[in-house]
Amino acid sequence: MSHEDCEKCEELLQGFLDRELTPAEVALAESHLDGCDYCRRRYKFEESLRRYVKLSAVERMPPGLLEKLGQLRGIEM
Amino acid sequence: MSEPEAATEAREIAAGARDRVRFEEEALALADQVYRVARRLVGSREEAEDLVQDTYARAFRSWRSYTPGTNLRAWLLRILTNLNIDRGRRIQRAPDTQPLEEGDYYLANKVAETQGEQALDQERVVERLSQDSIVDALSSLPHDFRDVVVLVDIGDFSYADAAQILDIPIGTVMSRLHRGRRQLKARLADEAA
Repeated sequence: MSHEDCEKCEELLQGFLDRELTPAEVALAESHLDGCDYCRRRYKFEESLRRYVKLSAVERMPPGLLEKLGQLRGIEM
Repeated sequence: MSEPEAATEAREIAAGARDRVRFEEEALALADQVYRVARRLVGSREEAEDLVQDTYARAFRSWRSYTPGTNLRAWLLRILTNLNIDRGRRIQRAPDTQPLEEGDYYLANKVAETQGEQALDQERVVERLSQDSIVDALSSLPHDFRDVVVLVDIGDFSYADAAQILDIPIGTVMSRLHRGRRQLKARLADEAA
């Protein structure tokens, strides 16, 4: 496993998890991840972190807001 | 107006009213998702509520400019981010010329250093971070970075949608997103390690 391969894999991390890579880039990342525990652990960590950030940052709509929005219906220019 | 013309006009009015009601219902069904994004773009729950109400007031007034079948959630968020910018909260400029600091493995490396490489395999390793500190770290990001991170990571928008919502090139979305996430991780590093 060369160091450059891991660097390349690190560069692909964000796009990979965002599902924004080209199929060729996905294949490149996957073939490296298959053989590299180091990168695989870091991908998994990043994925868990993102899920956790989202879980932590999501706040439900306060009660009553939907009703206030509903009252705005029908307004004209 | 002849009777057939009057009947046609009445049908058109009725059809317009139906379209409008459908639009309003579809928009209201997205309110919780719109609020989630709004809440992380501004500092308080009250500001988020105001912003969402202003957004819906504007959306309901200009419903005719929405093209049915396109992404309504993105359309609403575009109104919302524009209103948020109009409110003049954007005095601060993102330091776009700042070089990228650490790589994307930075936080994982810190955790591996202190807790061992195997710790990264555990799903719970991230739960050492307090949820409050994550919210604080998000809100401390420069506005330009935060907008993109919140749209993509909290709102689940694609790069292309975020680019359209913020009216910036997709390359700018990517660079702000990556920088924003790295800054977020840098802020969390002390606690995680």
